[in-house]
Amino acid sequence: MIQKTNRNLLWILAFVLLISLIPVSTFAQGSDPTDDDVNAVAKQLYCPVCENIPLDTCGTTACEQWRGIIRDKLADGWTEDEIKTYFVNQYGDRVLAEPPPRGFNWIVYAVPVIIFIGGGYLFYRGFQQWRSPEPARNDRKKTKTTSKSVNLSEEDISRVEEELRKRSQG
Amino acid sequence: MVAEIGFGSLFISLIVSIYGVIAAIYGANNHQKKWITSAQHAMRLVFPLLTISVGSLIYLLINNNFEVVYVSNVSSLSMPLYLKITALWGGQAGSLLFWSWLLAGFITAVTFKKWDRDQDFLPWVIVVGLGTLAFFVVLNTFFENPFVRYWQVNQDIVQSFSQPAGGFIIGPRDGGGLNPLLRHPGMIIHPPMQYLGFVAFIVPFAYAMASLITGRSDDRWIQLSRRWTLWAWLFLSLGLILGARWAYDVLGWGGYWGWDPVEISALMPWLSGTAFLHAVLIQEKRGMFKQWPIVLIILTYNLVIFGTFLTRSGLLSSVHSFARSTIGPIFLAFIAFTIIVSFWLLSSRWDKFKSRQELTSFFSKETLILISIILLLGMLATSFWGVIFPNISELVTGAKVTVGPPFYERVAAPILGAILTIMVICPLAVWSYVSFKHLGKLLWKPFIVSLLGIILPILGGLTKVPAVIAFWLVAFVLAVNGFEFVRRTRLRRKTESESFLEAVSRVFHRNKRSYAAMIIHVGIVFMALGIIGIEFFQTETQGTLAEGQEIQLAPYTMEYEKLEIFDTPDARNVARAVVLVKKDGVVLDEIYPRRDFYYDSNQPVTIPGVRSTLVDDFYVILVDWKSVTSEGATFKVYHNPLVQWLWIGTWVIIGGVVIATWPEKKSSSAGKNTRVK
Amino acid sequence: MKKILLWGGLGLLLVFLSIGLYRSQQGQVGAGEIAPDFELITFSGETHQLSDFRGSVVVVNFWASWCESCKPEAKDLEDAYQYYRARGDVIFLGVDYVDIEPEALAYLEEFGITYPNGPDLRTEISQAYRVRGVPETFIIDQNGVISHVQIGPYSSFDHIRSTIDPLLD
Repeated sequence: MIQKTNRNLLWILAFVLLISLIPVSTFAQGSDPTDDDVNAVAKQLYCPVCENIPLDTCGTTACEQWRGIIRDKLADGWTEDEIKTYFVNQYGDRVLAEPPPRGFNWIVYAVPVIIFIGGGYLFYRGFQQWRSPEPARNDRKKTKTTSKSVNLSEEDISRVEEELRKRSQG
Repeated sequence: MVAEIGFGSLFISLIVSIYGVIAAIYGANNHQKKWITSAQHAMRLVFPLLTISVGSLIYLLINNNFEVVYVSNVSSLSMPLYLKITALWGGQAGSLLFWSWLLAGFITAVTFKKWDRDQDFLPWVIVVGLGTLAFFVVLNTFFENPFVRYWQVNQDIVQSFSQPAGGFIIGPRDGGGLNPLLRHPGMIIHPPMQYLGFVAFIVPFAYAMASLITGRSDDRWIQLSRRWTLWAWLFLSLGLILGARWAYDVLGWGGYWGWDPVEISALMPWLSGTAFLHAVLIQEKRGMFKQWPIVLIILTYNLVIFGTFLTRSGLLSSVHSFARSTIGPIFLAFIAFTIIVSFWLLSSRWDKFKSRQELTSFFSKETLILISIILLLGMLATSFWGVIFPNISELVTGAKVTVGPPFYERVAAPILGAILTIMVICPLAVWSYVSFKHLGKLLWKPFIVSLLGIILPILGGLTKVPAVIAFWLVAFVLAVNGFEFVRRTRLRRKTESESFLEAVSRVFHRNKRSYAAMIIHVGIVFMALGIIGIEFFQTETQGTLAEGQEIQLAPYTMEYEKLEIFDTPDARNVARAVVLVKKDGVVLDEIYPRRDFYYDSNQPVTIPGVRSTLVDDFYVILVDWKSVTSEGATFKVYHNPLVQWLWIGTWVIIGGVVIATWPEKKSSSAGKNTRVK
Repeated sequence: MKKILLWGGLGLLLVFLSIGLYRSQQGQVGAGEIAPDFELITFSGETHQLSDFRGSVVVVNFWASWCESCKPEAKDLEDAYQYYRARGDVIFLGVDYVDIEPEALAYLEEFGITYPNGPDLRTEISQAYRVRGVPETFIIDQNGVISHVQIGPYSSFDHIRSTIDPLLD
C-alpha cells in the first residue's frame, strides 16, 4: 500500500518537475534583448521599404515594428542568421547588405577579383615591356640613364644655382 | 514679372550658347578670326545672363512668391532667409539652374585669359564649353523649368510658364518648405562645393578636347589646365568631405559615409581625377605615358556627367535621389553623345600619343605613381560595378538586391593600405632611377620612428592586426615626410648660410609643387587616421533613460540631466536634452542633443550633442521615433576615436593646394637685382 | 582588338543604361496587359493561384498595415466583396505588401475583412506588377487581362463598383 502511494507520489513529483522545467528553460534562453542586441542585427539589414537605409537608423513606424520583430525573435532564442533568413524570406534579397552569394549573384563578387587580377597582370606585362629600352629611333641621349647622371642630389642643385648666381653677378 | 525676366535671360543664354558653338566651328573651319572672337564674346555673355536668371529665382524665393511652383515646393514662410536662398538648390529644377550658373562662371572665366599663344585651342574650348552649357540650359528650358507658375483655368489648377487661355495666376499662401533634413548649414556649402568640383573639370576637359581636335600631341593643354585641375580636384574633394561632415553632424548614424550609390557617383570622378593629376605629373616630368592623362580626363569628365545623370534620372535607389523626372532620356542621349565623341576623337588620335615608355626601376617615382593610378582605377572599376549591379541583377533575374558597404569596404580597405604604403616611399623616390640601397639609406631612420606606430597602440591594448598595421603605416608616412623635409632644409642650410626659417621658405619656393604634394599627402594620411579610428574602433550603445539616469559607453558615462522643451520663431518645436559627459566620475563636459520638430512639414530632425577631442568624439543623439520626455528619452551613443583627424586632414589638404597654386614670383636666381652696374 | 573591346564595352553600357532607364520610367503594369500570374498563400494557410481564377473577374488589392491611405478604402473593399459574393465570379485577393503578420492580422480584424489575404513573400508579386506604393488595386478581367489600375485608394464603394460592373454582363 505504502509502495503504491510512494510510486504515485513519485509520478506526481516527476510531473510537477517537468511542468516547472518549461518556464525555466525559456528564461534560460534569452533575457530581454537590449537595444544594442537588436541594433547589432538591425545594422546588417536594410529597410525593405525606404531607399538604402539600414534598419537600425530608420525612423519610420514600419522600421520600428521590424526592430520589434528582431527583439521578439532574439528573445525566443533565434540566432542572427535565422533572423536574417526570416527577413529574406519575407521581403526578398534586397534587405541584405550584400547580394547572397548564390546563382547569378556570384558574378558581383567575381568581377572585382577579375579586375584586380587582370589589372595586376596587365601591369606586370607592361612593366616587363617598359623595362627594356626602346630601339634606335628614339633619342639615345635621353634613354641612357644611370644613377649618377640623373639623380641630382640637393647639394648638386644648390651648387649649380650658386654657379649661376656667380655668373650673373660677374 | 521677375519670373519672366528669369526665364527670358535663361532662354537668351541658350540662344547665345548655340550661336557661340556655331560661330566658333565656322570660324575655326574657315580660318576667320572674327567669328571666333564673336564666339568668345558670346561665351562671356552667358555668365551675366545666367546670373540674372539665378538672381530672379533667388528673388522669387526670398519674396515668398509661392505662385511659382518651385518656390512652393522648396520654401515656406517660416524658413529663415539663409535657407530660402539655399533652397535655390533644394530641388531638381533649381539645382540644375545653379549648376548651369556655376558652369557658366567657369567657362566665362576661361575667356579672359590671354589667348595669343593658343589661338588654335580657343574655338574648340568655346565649342565644348558652350555646348555643354547649352545642354544643361535645355534641361531647364524645356524639361525642368524653375519659373513655371500655378494658373487657375476654370476649375482646374494648371502648371505652366506662360499664361494659358483664360487662366490667371494663383498663389498658395504658403509653401511646403525645404525637407527638414536639408535645413542645416551643411546645405549652404556642401552642394555648391560639390557642383563646383564637378563643373570645374570642364576646363581641363575642354583643353584636352581642343588639343585632340587640333591634332596636337604636345602637353600644352596640360600646362594650360594645370591650375584649373588642382582647384577642380580641391573643390571635388571638399564637396565629398563636406558631405561626410554634414552626414556626421546631422544624420545620427554616427557615420560619415554610407556607400550610397549617389555618394559613389561623386566619388568615381574624384578617383579618376586624382589619377589624372598624378598621370599629368609623369607626362610633365618624363614625357612618358602620354596617353594616360588624356584618357583619364575624358574618363573623369564623363563620370561627372554620368554621375549627375544617375542621381537625377531615377535609375538609382538612394536617399539622395531627386524626385522622378522626365530628363532621363535626353540626359542619356547627351551622355551617349559625349562618350562617343570624346572616345572617338581619342582613338583617332591615339597613335600621336605614343611615347617612349621606360620604367627603369621599381621604386622610381614613375612606377610608384603608375601603381597608385592603377590602384585608384581598380577602386573606380569596383565602385562602378557595385553601383550598376543592382540594375543588372534586376534586369537578368528580376530580383532586387542591395550592394552595400561590406562590398565596397572589402576593396577600399586594402587599397587604402596599399596607397599608404606607396606614400611611405614616394617622397623619397626620385624620377627615373632609384636603387634599393639608396632607398634603404633614406628609410631606416623614419622606419625606427615608425615603430612607435606599432609599439604605442599595442601598449594601449590594441590587438586588431589590420589596425596595428594601419597605424604603423600612418606613422611611417609621417616620419618619412618629416625626415625628408628636414634633410632637404638642412642641405640647403649647408650650402647657404640661412636661418632655419629662411631655408624652409626657400626650400618651399624652389620646389613648390613637390612640397605642396608632401603636405597634401600628409593631409590625406591624417584623414586616413580618422578613417582607421572610426572604422575599426567605433563603439555604440542605445538606451532609454529617465532624467538623472546614466548610460555607459567605455570609457565614458553619460548622464541625462534634464530636458528643455520650447518653440522657436521659425516654426520648430525643440526638445533639448542636457547631457553630462563623465569619465571616472568626473564631469568633463555638457552637451545638448536635441530633436527639432518642424510644424510645417511634420517632420523631426535630430541634432547630436558631441564632445570632440583630438583623441575621440563622444557623440550622443536622441532617437527621434521614440518619445522624448523627462521620464524617458532614448539615446544613441557613439564613441568615435580619432575622427577629428578627418577634418584636420582636410585643412592640411586645403593648405597644400593653396601652396601648390600660389602664383609664381617671376624672379629667378639670376634676378632683377643682380644687374651689373 | 582593343578598339573592339572599347566600343563594345561602351555600346553595352549605353544599351544597358537605356534599358534601365526605360524600366525605371515604366509605371505599373497597365490596363490591356496580361496580368502576371502569382501564387498567394493566405494568412490562414490556403494557397491561391491567380491563373486558377480564369473566367472570373479578379480584384487584386495591394495594402499594408502601416499604410495610412489604405484605411479609407478597406471597409469599402470588404463591402464590395460581400456585394459580389453571391455571384461567385468576382474574386477579391488582398496582397499584404512588406508588412508584419501580427500587425497585418490586426488590420484585417479592425476592418472586418474576410476575403483571402496573404503576405507578398519576397516582394515577388509587387515586383511583377511594378507596384510603386500602396494602396494599388488591379482589376483583372475573365481572360486574365488587366482592365483597370487604381493607384491610391478608391474614393467610395460606388467607385469600386464602377470599375468592376462594366466587366460583368
